[in-house]
Amino acid sequence: MTAQKWSAAKVARKVIDNEELFILDVRNEDAFQDWKIEGHKFDYLNVPYFELLDGVEEILPQLPTDKEVLVVCAKEGSSVMVAEMLAEAGREAAYLKGGMKSWSSYLEPVKVADLNNGGELYQFVRLGKGCLSYMVISEGEAAIIDAVRFTDVFIDFAKEKGVEIKHVFDTHLHADHISGGRHIAAATGATYYLPPEDATEVVFEYTALTDDLNVKIGASQIDVNALYSPGHTIGSTSFVIDDKFLLTGDILFIDSIGRPDLAGVAEDWVGDLRETLYSRYRKLAEDLVVLPAHFMIIDELNEDGTVARRLGDLFKENHGLNIKDEEEFRRTVTDNLPPQPNSHERIRQVNMGKVAPDHNEQTEMEIGPNRCAVR
Amino acid sequence: MIKANHHLDAKGLACPMPVVKTKNAIKDLEEGLVLEVQATDKGSKADLTAWASSVGHQYLGTVEEADVLYHYIRKGSNEPKVEKAFGQNISLEELESRDGLILDVREAAEYAFGHIEGAKSIPMGELESRMQELDKDEEIYVICRTGNRSDLAAQLLADNGFKNVYNVLSGMNEWNGKTTKDF
Repeated sequence: MTAQKWSAAKVARKVIDNEELFILDVRNEDAFQDWKIEGHKFDYLNVPYFELLDGVEEILPQLPTDKEVLVVCAKEGSSVMVAEMLAEAGREAAYLKGGMKSWSSYLEPVKVADLNNGGELYQFVRLGKGCLSYMVISEGEAAIIDAVRFTDVFIDFAKEKGVEIKHVFDTHLHADHISGGRHIAAATGATYYLPPEDATEVVFEYTALTDDLNVKIGASQIDVNALYSPGHTIGSTSFVIDDKFLLTGDILFIDSIGRPDLAGVAEDWVGDLRETLYSRYRKLAEDLVVLPAHFMIIDELNEDGTVARRLGDLFKENHGLNIKDEEEFRRTVTDNLPPQPNSHERIRQVNMGKVAPDHNEQTEMEIGPNRCAVR
Repeated sequence: MIKANHHLDAKGLACPMPVVKTKNAIKDLEEGLVLEVQATDKGSKADLTAWASSVGHQYLGTVEEADVLYHYIRKGSNEPKVEKAFGQNISLEELESRDGLILDVREAAEYAFGHIEGAKSIPMGELESRMQELDKDEEIYVICRTGNRSDLAAQLLADNGFKNVYNVLSGMNEWNGKTTKDF
């Protein structure tokens, strides 16, 4: 028996298709506690690889024989070793190619909806990091919103669809992941938009993303309307697409709301956050479908793999939209915040264009959960 | 550079090899001695730390120099409970109000990653040959990690005519005061 090699794409399908999987995670305990591959029907065993150097016999009784077993480590090496030991012991086992590093980078494009006149809306789900990017396609043209740094994925996808990328937006200056936006724009000749309030320190050229900006995609004119909605950052901007979808960036998520502290000024921005969530969004149609820039837990995924929910439902169900008392709201989003994302300050510097670390360092900076929300 | 008894070159190797090699190398090392592991895999620090504690070695620390990580691990951290034979002991609290020489007899790498300011380092294994560096009339407070090696060291000094020797109990593992690093 030999160990099988699985790609991150294969594991992603298992997450989205709600399949069962047993994951033997051989990283350190704290790394596993901090961040792991999440699936609705996944079971786990965490035993650091260095406890298995003398053999896997001791853990064999803990591994199921009626389920597929995937060995996972940080980069790959240890999981290959352990998977081969399992295979030698007569067990079927696979390892994840590229380890958690590749899991953190993998994007799964999922179609959210067909738009008017043959248009399409895609959500790019980065399962390992909880980032969501979007592509609007209509009659040979495309717009991208909140692209993560794997620019090839978006450029290749557009090619496959036979569309030209014309507009690239970032809803805000990201602090949890490195944006691919301006690089995609540079490679394709598209216009790159960023809210000017978030761009005071950036060192590259951009087009100002302002309230009420309206961009048409394709000849049949799918509307992309900007809506200034500060609070996560001072420049945070939402988009209403085709009068049906509300892209909320990091302001409103399915089961949580944005945190105002990643630029270091929570107290200043909490009022803006309240105003956006409790006043600006309240004026919108409840039938808009909310498409956020992140998800935090796997339960936020719908059956089809998308992360999307009717705005009216969120007004009823999302705790962060139901805190009547302003003072209590202030406390909720400024006290007891979760730890800040890995390297968030340095990631902001990268997104401002001030530093340009190499590919490996960028990967290291983004390892771990995104932690953009307050529940 | 921090002194170690044995060096292992694991540069350029990816996980799991730094830990695998360390595990093999430390087998041949005498209990209580220090292994230096040179590695370039950034994950090796967390892994060696966790591995060492899971198998009962003492992870001392890591120094990074020009993209190379130098990890220091002392074989076997569970010091045997030996009957203390030296009569003249003082506590860590008392030590703070005394003048004289603090003699740290732990391995050089243990000393490097944290010692009391002003303490002199002579590892237990070198004490016999370096005794002439010490003044027989000075008050000498011998300290190690848990009080065992310092007990042996104090006996050795007393047997060689040192009059004012004290064994500090328990040792650096209970010292809450300031420490200095030396690398």
